[in-house]
Amino acid sequence: MTRFFVPGDAAAVSVGADEVAAALTGQPGVEVVRTGSRGMLWLEPLVEVDTADGRVGFANVSPGQVGALLADATSVCSREPTASAGPAPEADHPAYLGPLDEHPWMTRQARLTTARLGVVDPADPDDYARHGGWVGLRRALGMAPEAVVEEVVASGLRGRGGAGFPAGVKWRTVAGAPGPLKFVTINADEGDSGTFADRMLMEGDPFALIEGMAITAWAVGASEGYVFIRSEYPHAIATMRRAVETARTGGWLGPDILGSGLAFDVEVRVGAGAYICGEETSMLSTIEGRRGEVRAKPPIPALSGLFGRPTVVNNVLTVAAVPSILADGPEAYAAHGVDRSRGTQVFQLAGNVARGGLVEVDFGITLRDLVEGFGGGTRSGRPVRAVQVGGPLGAYVPADRLDVPLAYEAMADAGFMLGHGGVVVFDDTVDMGRMARFAMEFCAKESCGKCTPCRIGSQRGVETIDRLVAGGTESDRRANLALLQDLCTTMERGSLCAMGGLTPMPVRSALTYFPEDFGLSADGEPR
Amino acid sequence: MVEMTRVDAVREIAAGYAAQRGPLLPVLHAVQDRFGAIERGDLVAVADVLNLSIADVHGVMTFFHDFRAAPPPTHVVAICRGEACQSVGAERLMADVRADLQEASDVEVHEVFCLGNCALGPSGTVDGRLFGHLTASRVGASLPGRSS
Ligand SMILES: Cc1cc2nc3c(=O)[nH]c(=O)nc-3n(C[C@H](O)[C@H](O)[C@H](O)COP(=O)(O)O)c2cc1C
Ligand code: SF4
Ligand code: FES
Repeated sequence: MTRFFVPGDAAAVSVGADEVAAALTGQPGVEVVRTGSRGMLWLEPLVEVDTADGRVGFANVSPGQVGALLADATSVCSREPTASAGPAPEADHPAYLGPLDEHPWMTRQARLTTARLGVVDPADPDDYARHGGWVGLRRALGMAPEAVVEEVVASGLRGRGGAGFPAGVKWRTVAGAPGPLKFVTINADEGDSGTFADRMLMEGDPFALIEGMAITAWAVGASEGYVFIRSEYPHAIATMRRAVETARTGGWLGPDILGSGLAFDVEVRVGAGAYICGEETSMLSTIEGRRGEVRAKPPIPALSGLFGRPTVVNNVLTVAAVPSILADGPEAYAAHGVDRSRGTQVFQLAGNVARGGLVEVDFGITLRDLVEGFGGGTRSGRPVRAVQVGGPLGAYVPADRLDVPLAYEAMADAGFMLGHGGVVVFDDTVDMGRMARFAMEFCAKESCGKCTPCRIGSQRGVETIDRLVAGGTESDRRANLALLQDLCTTMERGSLCAMGGLTPMPVRSALTYFPEDFGLSADGEPR
Repeated sequence: MVEMTRVDAVREIAAGYAAQRGPLLPVLHAVQDRFGAIERGDLVAVADVLNLSIADVHGVMTFFHDFRAAPPPTHVVAICRGEACQSVGAERLMADVRADLQEASDVEVHEVFCLGNCALGPSGTVDGRLFGHLTASRVGASLPGRSS
């Protein structure tokens, strides 16, 4: 039997991976394993094959190439890799990539959190164990909970959902809160456009999240956990649900985890199509079965969260980083990164980019290296004009500022935001006036409605940008520009959460760096 | 066997979740999965079984984009208008798809903001199936009986 690994990841499936798997299934001597994706998304469907020389990859496989793939897979040892991207030289033969572990796009990464992605069978907890899984949990269960918290503090791990709050410090608060009932909730709402790492991790390595949750529960004294996944992610929902059941059967969840006495169980909850549910208090209200309106803090969720109980709210990537921190020690994790941005960031290269996908590297890489080095520039082949970093609330970075290092501090100093690590590339055909308008439109559509600056201000923002771009007399344009800046200030100062508070960031960055798209001169004056 | 009325079925669904913490969203999802929409009668039944006010259930239902008061037409096309998809032509795709399907009363076309497929845009779904590198002709070919 020869094993063929075909991703079941939603992105791979969106370009035909299921059809490839179907064409391979039932061929004599073929065993098909559905993995996650390695994250080399421009090469999907990317099929790997077990050979005498190890596991090798083939890019952009179509069902019609399966015959040639079967022939190539057995004679491949004698071949040199023919391509790193794009279509194969002969149309009926898929491009041969060689061993992916030796591929430069992979060897330049530091895959700590995503080490197993695309490698393991996400349905098989034993395969997870063979690739280093459950080691962190076993070690944690042999330690005092306080010691586990302190290791996470020492690792420097910060929240990957956007705000970058130190995870261990949050856990300390929950651990210290009194009460018999505490919760661990995972924010898998991942609403930011340009981001998909939470999804890929849940689809490709779900047991890492479950292991991280069990460690979190032990550390803070929680007995129940929820994974809140957006409804746009049916593949992730199905994979996580199956993994939770499997973990329960195997004793990695349940009343007595691995015989340690830890009782902890997990339930998957599904969102209902509202961006604001990614804001933590909105997410908690939604799980409780209420309208997903943002709540004022304090009280902070760590002290009074889900159903009023002490609650950890962490992003998928935050908690999925924990097993490796516990397994290899906090020093190993903290050895990566720069300044107070320790460890690695799982970046997502998206939009108009030649080689889009998932890149886990140390904090501190420049945006240029990510976009040009990993990404290979634009997909269209035209010059890069702008890169939006950090989702719809993140700034548009102009092409001449790409040397900014991607770390929390350096980005903030430059007036930008790292967010959840989404990097969206635009070529020189982009109209930044339209993108600024879209930022306001998105806010108007997705505002929870609780505060006026966000709900009404964003609507006024759309109208004002329309008038500004439409032109008019110089004094009209001066007035509209002043009004837009005022609106931004009002939203920044008067909004309860970052939805209204940060929507001005993409708008102002567009105005600052691309004034010509608003009919303004280079110094931002009406002309 | 006696046919179960819709109200009874909804009550049974709601009762199945009633013991959970915060059962309302899972119940609303389950009702919509079963019947394609959450109609007034369903809402009343859910409120009754979960011991909530009708106004509360209505308030929750209308907060979220996913829930529908009336069933969708036979086919639903969702086109992503997130920034990443816009950078590779989503607005154009949306306009083309709308133009192609203008006359089709059995197809609903609506926008979504990000499907988590942002490296392979433009993205969209046709009857729930996710497509990357989506084109208007691909949308047409994926709708049964419209492959031209
Ligand atoms: C409008 C808005 C949307 C957000 N969306 C998400 C999201 O999709 N996923 C996420 O993990 N955090 C999101 N956050 C951040 C959360 O409020 C919260 O900070 C985070 O889940 C905490 O986890 P972390 O410390 O591990 O990052 C959002 C915040 C705001 C204001
Ligand atoms: S800023 Fe907007 S989304 Fe946030 S609480 Fe206010 S109205 Fe709701
Ligand atoms: S922006 Fe379209 S799929 Fe993410």
